[in-house]
Amino acid sequence: MTSSLVRTGWQALPAAFAKLDPRHLWRSPVILVVWVGSALTTFLSVLEPTVFSVSVTIWLWATVLFANLAEAVAEGRGKAQAETLRRTRTETTARRLLADGSEEDVRGTELLLGDLVVVEAGQVIPGDGDVVEGVATVDESAITGESAPVVRESGGDRCAVTGGTTVLSDRIVVRVTSRPGETFIDRMIALVEGASRQKTPNEVALSILLTTLTIIFVLAVSAVQPMAVYSGGRLSLVVLVALLVCLIPTTIGALLSAIGIAGMDRLVQRNVLAMSGRAVEAAGDVSTLLLDKTGTITFGNRRASAFVAVGGTDRAELAAMAHLSSLADETPEGRSVVEFAREEEGVADGGDVVTLGRSGATFVPFSATTRMSGVDLADGSRVRKGAADAVLGWTRAEGGEVPGDLEVHVAGISASGGTPLVVAAADPGASPTVLGVIHLKDVVKPGMRERFDQLRAMGIRTVMITGDNPLTAKAIADEAGVDDYLAEATPEDKMALIRQEQEGGRLVAMTGDGTNDAPALAQADVGVAMNTGTSAAKEAGNMVDLDSDPTKLIDIVAIGKQLLITRGALTTFSIANDVAKYFAIVPAMFVGIFPGLGAVDVMRLSSPESAMLSAVIFNALVIVALIPLALRGVRYRPLSASRLLRRNLLVYGLGGIVAPFVGIKAIDLLVSLLPGL
Amino acid sequence: MGTALQTATAVLLVAAILAALHVPLGSWIAHTFTDEADWRVERLLYRVVGVDPRAEQRWTGYAGSVLAFSAVGILGLFGLILVQGLLPWSFGRSMDWHTVLNTAVSFVTNTNWQSYAGEAGTGHTVQLLGLTVQNVVSAAVGLAVAIALVRGLAREGAGRIGNFWVDLVRGTVRVILPLAAVAAILLLLGGVIQNLARPHVVETLGGARQVIQGGPVASQEAVKLLGTNGGGFFNANSAHPFENPGPWTNLLQVVLVLAIPFSLPHAYGRMVGDRRQGVVAVDVMGTLLAASMALAVWAETAAASSPLGSMEGKEQRFGIVWSSLFGAATTGTSTGAVNAMHDSLSPLGGGVVLLNMMLGEVSPGGVGTGLYSYLVLVVIAVFLAGLMVGRTPELLGKTIGRAEVTSAALVTLTMPALVLLGTGLAVSVPVSVGARLNDGPHGLSELLYAVTSAANNNGSAFAGLSADQPFLNLLLAACMLLGRLVPIVLVLRLAGSLAAQGRRPVTAGTMPTATPLFTVLVLGTVLIVAGLTFFPSLVLGPLAEALS
Repeated sequence: MTSSLVRTGWQALPAAFAKLDPRHLWRSPVILVVWVGSALTTFLSVLEPTVFSVSVTIWLWATVLFANLAEAVAEGRGKAQAETLRRTRTETTARRLLADGSEEDVRGTELLLGDLVVVEAGQVIPGDGDVVEGVATVDESAITGESAPVVRESGGDRCAVTGGTTVLSDRIVVRVTSRPGETFIDRMIALVEGASRQKTPNEVALSILLTTLTIIFVLAVSAVQPMAVYSGGRLSLVVLVALLVCLIPTTIGALLSAIGIAGMDRLVQRNVLAMSGRAVEAAGDVSTLLLDKTGTITFGNRRASAFVAVGGTDRAELAAMAHLSSLADETPEGRSVVEFAREEEGVADGGDVVTLGRSGATFVPFSATTRMSGVDLADGSRVRKGAADAVLGWTRAEGGEVPGDLEVHVAGISASGGTPLVVAAADPGASPTVLGVIHLKDVVKPGMRERFDQLRAMGIRTVMITGDNPLTAKAIADEAGVDDYLAEATPEDKMALIRQEQEGGRLVAMTGDGTNDAPALAQADVGVAMNTGTSAAKEAGNMVDLDSDPTKLIDIVAIGKQLLITRGALTTFSIANDVAKYFAIVPAMFVGIFPGLGAVDVMRLSSPESAMLSAVIFNALVIVALIPLALRGVRYRPLSASRLLRRNLLVYGLGGIVAPFVGIKAIDLLVSLLPGL
Repeated sequence: MGTALQTATAVLLVAAILAALHVPLGSWIAHTFTDEADWRVERLLYRVVGVDPRAEQRWTGYAGSVLAFSAVGILGLFGLILVQGLLPWSFGRSMDWHTVLNTAVSFVTNTNWQSYAGEAGTGHTVQLLGLTVQNVVSAAVGLAVAIALVRGLAREGAGRIGNFWVDLVRGTVRVILPLAAVAAILLLLGGVIQNLARPHVVETLGGARQVIQGGPVASQEAVKLLGTNGGGFFNANSAHPFENPGPWTNLLQVVLVLAIPFSLPHAYGRMVGDRRQGVVAVDVMGTLLAASMALAVWAETAAASSPLGSMEGKEQRFGIVWSSLFGAATTGTSTGAVNAMHDSLSPLGGGVVLLNMMLGEVSPGGVGTGLYSYLVLVVIAVFLAGLMVGRTPELLGKTIGRAEVTSAALVTLTMPALVLLGTGLAVSVPVSVGARLNDGPHGLSELLYAVTSAANNNGSAFAGLSADQPFLNLLLAACMLLGRLVPIVLVLRLAGSLAAQGRRPVTAGTMPTATPLFTVLVLGTVLIVAGLTFFPSLVLGPLAEALS
């Protein structure tokens, strides 16, 4: 980490020098003041070169340079990523489909919104769009870093393709949905390079405060000279500039933009693209997280978790029949029944679909109307498994009996949030008997409860969104430990929930991938679209997760908070530093006029010149020392606000007061060796 | 009794009285400004002035009304003093035009800087109709602005922050006048004079002729203190036996000065529905005041040049402790009253009262001005520290964003800018340098003190400085006017942007603003902001004098 940072810093040096151009500095008024001060002392040192004035001048320029370096290093990391991305954006030739069905070759950059293009195996998709015809496997590693190909097909929620990715098989027709030069990759490049970076609301507010502080210190230093003249000792301008530069908040002024760029960069490293810095900041402010149950909180598939035999049936027989009935069931639920029967209930490998098929068995596939599946064996025995009322209906229609204790178990499983599947079997020629119930249940991912507890400690409410009925939803919600849930949720319900939370003053974050999620994604303060989602979803959200991992929302919140904490901590540190600098400089400045002021000189620095120079050097070096922290961010712990405040005030407030006393004293010991000072 | 024990007893006595007083008075103030009904006399006033008491104002309208009212006040008082020769009970007293302007600005801005000598510049009519009236209404204006800011925090999604005219009338009729009446009677009982007598010439035992001044002192004295004004009827201010006859009236005066400023936090807590916010404010203000009182006593005894402590410029009947306490209480409340000559304080003692003003008048500050200056510093503290908990900073569920930080930062900038530029100018111009009584650092303190007192609308004088000259009169008038009105407009802007916001719910992720830690944070912010701004000036003035 450190050595790579040093290398990046070395590589960023030319950029840092280029940024000495004052036109670049107007965005950062604090550093601009340092620049003007440096120019002034340079002029004065040329007129009257002394070791002191030349040393101060050199270190003042170093201060500006270090500030630029911080920004350049942060940008440099993004540039490397942008370079990789840019390579994928090589000039492509697109096969534009004309109205008469013929094709023409045009350059990829000439494609217009709404054009149809044909892409075949081995070709690069020329721009962002939706598949309108065909199915293909696509290699998206260029943007996601994930080497496994993904399937893209027309219609539905997997129709979006990204320019710069490669079709591996088949042929698709894509309708272009981005303007030339505004493709996803273009935007990504601009974002990671920091070219399109705009100051975020908090950054603007902080800049205003820093500018005000700078003005106060300019006034304070300007008032020093007339008072010094009155007191009988005119101060040299070099001294005044040194005092000013030490007092204005140069540390945070130098690191502010690096912190912002690095914050975006941390998201990119986790494969999340934020469309604006504002969204990253909003993530830190979020107080309600809407999490889709499926895929985020649970694994997404209901799995068999128990067999409950009824009416005196042996459980081993139930397991065997459940196994048999599910052999041909290719749904995840069906496979989980087979797995559970074999692994947990010790059902012997009772043949497979092929053997059974050869023996003359007919499989009854699951259909939405029958809502059950099963198998009719060659000997005439039949097995059925499915929704309780469907299987009971079948049993009764065939003249079978339903054991009295079935009802209790079915209701019990439903009440616990599980899904009951009833198994019934009939011997050859006989009426069917209900054997028992399979308990299907949604399995919560491990570690979720701990994460929700952390979120609660951070003051964030989690709401689980699910299409399940309220009963099932409640059971999962209790098991996962979320604060609230929205059952049988429609996109409209989701939207209404977001509005309701926002009316209560809460900021809401959510993830989504489908087109019907788009309005809610747009309404949410932080809307993270899955990269596998539709173009509409990606357009509506303000972030895109290239890994399509909805759990990442929690990381995004942490990154947002970390960004704000880093800014606040370094501002506090910067201002707290001033206390020590005053004690170093002010007695040194006036001790010539009033020798008695030596009593205030608690730091006992070797000489007035050495004291002032040491403060200037400390001021410059502290910027370099804090660049790694600005880039990495202050470590974020999921604690309550009051504990975070206590901790950070102690480290950066109190630490900010103490550190320069030690630092300036140490530098003074070295500087005092300088000949001629 | 040792000085330390005596000081502790005195501070605790004052604290006990205020502790008993601030809850009922604060509740009464909160009720006054949230009451739906008008008093009959108020309705009459609204009808006379032509104000619809139910029509609320946006911050711009509110600010416009404050500015208009102040402008009318300045012009009216300016005219009244100019023509006082034509009025009864003027005894031929008069002032130069620049003194008149300075005085008009001074009393309208609740500063009460007096570059004239009380008994020589104004007759009884100006004292009663001009100065006493402004003492009442200028305090009511400060109260109104503070209440408007509190409404900004209390309201949600509101475009309006109240009606200035209603707030002004209610503050006057329900808070200041009744309290002032009670205070005047207590002062009368304590021996303060109240008459319309002409100057009375007597022959002293030693055969010399002495002019004994009379006047309606008790009525003006009450509101001078209660409204944190400070303009004395007599030049000697509260050191004069007719204004402040003895120890008990001195205690009463200290309590009167602190009463409303220390009650406003409770009113604030009530109005925003979270009394702990008010407790934090009282804690911050109380800590600062108690510390400055202790420091002042220490400076006048241990750090003074004489082994018995510094009695120069102090009244025997008050002694060192009560003189120091009075000085700390008045400089901490933007009350210009003095019962000892601050020019004669020990160098460090002068530094303490100077620093008390430089804190921006939050220990506990003037009527209304103390609370709003405190809240502005809270906004700054919340913004700095709030980022450190990883959220957009918020105070009582209100986001401290760009607009709020801009207003608060500019308020924080105004006073230092005026003090630093004003002092820089004053020490460079021969006419003001020539007005000093002393050379060297003490002379610098005289000028620094004058400008600081004016820009903070304190009005307390270091004495020593011959301020009644065109340059200083105009410079200080400008400081007083800008130091008062610029923050008021910005504070109202802040109130407007806060009121317009909705309220975010409090969660575990919200930075708590009612804990001991937050109290320490606000104290730190107050001290660091003032310290960083004024350290060099304090070093060259009081500190250099003390150490040389």
